[in-house]
Amino acid sequence: MSDIEDRVIAIIAEQAVLEPSDVTLDSTLEELGIDSLGLVESIFAIEEAFDINVPFNANDPTESDFDISNVRSIVAGVRRLVKEQS
Amino acid sequence: MKRVVITGAGTINALGADVPATLEAMREGRCGIGELEFRDVERLSIRIGGQVKGYEPEASFNRQQLSLYDRFTQFTLIAAREAIEQSGLEFSGDLAARAGVVLGNSGGGMTTLDDNYRSVYEDGKNRVHPFVVPKLMNNAAASHVSMEFNLKGPSFTVSTACASSNHAMAQAFQMVHGGMTPVMIAGGSESMLCFGGVKAWEGLRVMSKDACRPFSANRNGMVQGEGAGVFVFEEYEHARARGAEILAEVIGYAMTSDASDIVMPSKQGAARAIAGAMQDARVNPDDVGYINAHGTGTAANDKTESAAVADVFGAHADKLLMSSTKSMHGHLIGGTGAVELLACIMAVRDGIVAPTIGYEEPDPECALDVVPNEAREARVEVALSNAFAFGGLNAVLALRRFA
Repeated sequence: MSDIEDRVIAIIAEQAVLEPSDVTLDSTLEELGIDSLGLVESIFAIEEAFDINVPFNANDPTESDFDISNVRSIVAGVRRLVKEQS
Repeated sequence: MKRVVITGAGTINALGADVPATLEAMREGRCGIGELEFRDVERLSIRIGGQVKGYEPEASFNRQQLSLYDRFTQFTLIAAREAIEQSGLEFSGDLAARAGVVLGNSGGGMTTLDDNYRSVYEDGKNRVHPFVVPKLMNNAAASHVSMEFNLKGPSFTVSTACASSNHAMAQAFQMVHGGMTPVMIAGGSESMLCFGGVKAWEGLRVMSKDACRPFSANRNGMVQGEGAGVFVFEEYEHARARGAEILAEVIGYAMTSDASDIVMPSKQGAARAIAGAMQDARVNPDDVGYINAHGTGTAANDKTESAAVADVFGAHADKLLMSSTKSMHGHLIGGTGAVELLACIMAVRDGIVAPTIGYEEPDPECALDVVPNEAREARVEVALSNAFAFGGLNAVLALRRFA
């Protein structure tokens, strides 16, 4: 399961132009300097990496059925979607 | 400077196959958005759009024409025929030499591109139809209008995403206004409701899966449309001398660039365009009775646009009416300003303001009178039409009631 965590962190780190070691589970995308376009790109990269569909509408990020409040919630969301997939 | 009036209007879009049908639908607040119908639609997560249904190309074009006309060109010609027929103009001699056509368009022949990519990439074919390039090029529609009506003056296509038509009409207005030509054909079209066209938009995560609800607190994105709007812009004395019916007067415009972000709108850029159009038209804020909003139904546009209007108009913002007809015909991207100009003409000429349908919950960040759900009667002296494009390129037009 930590594999998912590492891969999600690697994707987010790449988007933020940071080292994975600089990204913690408590980091928010805002703290990492990821804007709305960066968010949409990160979600695309996550979908491609895990072959999942992330329910996300940029018009209302907070009400989508996918919590993006920090890295931990994103990892949890990806875990759930990967599990539902299998 | 010359006065510029509109002496012809034509359209085809999800609300109707001509201007009377479209205006009737706008008056009734009818929704033209429905289930998309085209190949591979089941592979999309966004499956609604303002698609032109029941359209039979063979009724308007012969076989040879159809092999050369992409859907966006067909829509453009249908709208141009209606507009030019209404104007009563025939182009020959000096008038033909000076009159031209400027049209807005963003995606070009997207269905032609889609069909032929599918053929070479998916079906593995190594041969394509010889007319792929002349069908898909963005200027194809302008060129075919020029050919069909013998327009030999300045003719070209303007591509500024969602503001294309407004930029095109502003350019045509400027040419007539400045005395370069007595007549210009102007407007725009779009047809990207095909698998690749919608799939590309889907990627940006700004599309709604269920409805376009501009300014409503529960709005969740834009919905694409397709079609065309075309107008005859004519120098006033030229129109008067031949006794032409005048639909409205075009009195000014402004264009601005946000110079800030490729997709996020800017309040300052929008406000400068709105204020600039009024300045160019020499009208005061309290002369403006109606604004056809850009009103895409995205979270970002609607609150930014509302704030820009509030800034520019001050206390008068609470008195003017502003609606987004995209709630009915969808967002025609490069053609949208042209179809929306019809709502402005209806407001100043008929005194009927088209509604913003699908409006369910007030949003404190969009606290203007958006004419929710039902058209309204109002005497409108001056109307503005807003267009704020991806890329931060804005164009606003001003129309006045012709009395």
